[in-house]
Amino acid sequence: MLYGYLPAILEGLGLTLKVSASSLAIACVFGLVGATAKLSHSRAARWSAEVYTTLIRGMPELVLMLLIFYGGQIGINKLAESQGWEYIDIPPFFAGVMTIGFIFGAYLTETFRGAILAVPRGQAEAGLAFALSPRVVMWRIVLPQMVRHAIPGFANNWLIMIKASALVSIIGLDDMVHRAGLAAATTRAPFTFYMAVALIYLTLTSISIFVLSRVEARYSVGVRRVEF
Amino acid sequence: MQWHIIMESLPLYVDGIRTTLVLLFISLASSFVLSVPLAVARVSPNRWLSKPVWFYTYVLRGTPLLVQLFILYHGLAQFEAVRESVLWVAFKNAWFCAWLAFTLNSTAYTTEIFAGALKATAIGEIEAARSYGLSGFKLYSRILLPGALRRALPQYSNEVVGLMHATAIASTVTLVDITRVARDVNANYLLVTESFGVAALIYFVLTFTLVGIFKLLERRFLRHLRPQSSATAT
Repeated sequence: MLYGYLPAILEGLGLTLKVSASSLAIACVFGLVGATAKLSHSRAARWSAEVYTTLIRGMPELVLMLLIFYGGQIGINKLAESQGWEYIDIPPFFAGVMTIGFIFGAYLTETFRGAILAVPRGQAEAGLAFALSPRVVMWRIVLPQMVRHAIPGFANNWLIMIKASALVSIIGLDDMVHRAGLAAATTRAPFTFYMAVALIYLTLTSISIFVLSRVEARYSVGVRRVEF
Repeated sequence: MQWHIIMESLPLYVDGIRTTLVLLFISLASSFVLSVPLAVARVSPNRWLSKPVWFYTYVLRGTPLLVQLFILYHGLAQFEAVRESVLWVAFKNAWFCAWLAFTLNSTAYTTEIFAGALKATAIGEIEAARSYGLSGFKLYSRILLPGALRRALPQYSNEVVGLMHATAIASTVTLVDITRVARDVNANYLLVTESFGVAALIYFVLTFTLVGIFKLLERRFLRHLRPQSSATAT
């Protein structure tokens, strides 16, 4: 099947999944930090989060990826040089994942901010009235309830991110699309390979949609639905 | 920072901006024309009309644009039938493939946006229109579509900005758009920050220009939805 290149493509799929999942974890961290910064009392925190989301959302992912991927490596090594450290060789996987995570963190910042605002204030106030610390209120009361509101936006971002993972082939990572390109070049069957990759992506997005709808149902337990 | 090199490359960036904008506008125009009838079919109670459109948007939205573009530009050359037909003149052209890929992709997203806006039509509007004897084509062209397209404006503006950003992918199939110019300048002079920084700045300005245009359009077409000081809750 696929001229014997199926195992190679599936290995590429492994990298695609690793890139997407790790980027998602990093994006969640950036998103949560960004959302809390935007909702904080500190004007500096609000400002820097605002600059972060506005800049990132105003530019194409590909350009940002190239800029951060290449520019970030140079920047870190210039810093290392000025500090007298040795040359730091950043693995491309790490750089790619950090880049995508940083970009989608900006989108998740907005998703999480909206979701946190959707949790009724009284929930946090009740927690504080019971003498829980603000941190405990955040982790045990606000965040679990925020999940339900965040899921639709989160699902969208995850789907966009799986598809954006195809772009890492341009910055030289050996993902599914890159491998399909190599296989296509040797077999002269580009249609077959790119179609196969498209089908795998479609399967991934379909599974994601299914799983996320189940997660949403899980976190909506006890919520009464509006009936029209 | 070696800005003199950027200054020397500015004419290239201007050409790149032109390519990006031309690609954006021809793709937007064709996807708009396609997605209005498709959205009508998507909300139709007739399953033979709505299911194929659902399938089309599901597949196109479930796969990466980069792969779609590669299938058209690199993939179709695999078939001798394509290479020997008259279509080959079109499919070996990067401009045509990019336009087609962006149009097909954007049509899928825009169709869903317009279909959602159509579904959000207040039932009373349709009842009123029917009681005035409007049906079929007239119901859609006079009542449903004007209302739905207005309501779709905010989401449509997101799609337009998204498509503008997506055109950066055209740089992978030999089109010399803003991104390609940045990559070329970087390849020639190894100035990552300057070359991609200028490109990023241009995209940033384009983004906010588009957002501004849509703000004006919304002010014009969604005037009836603007909060008013004397308005009461409905």
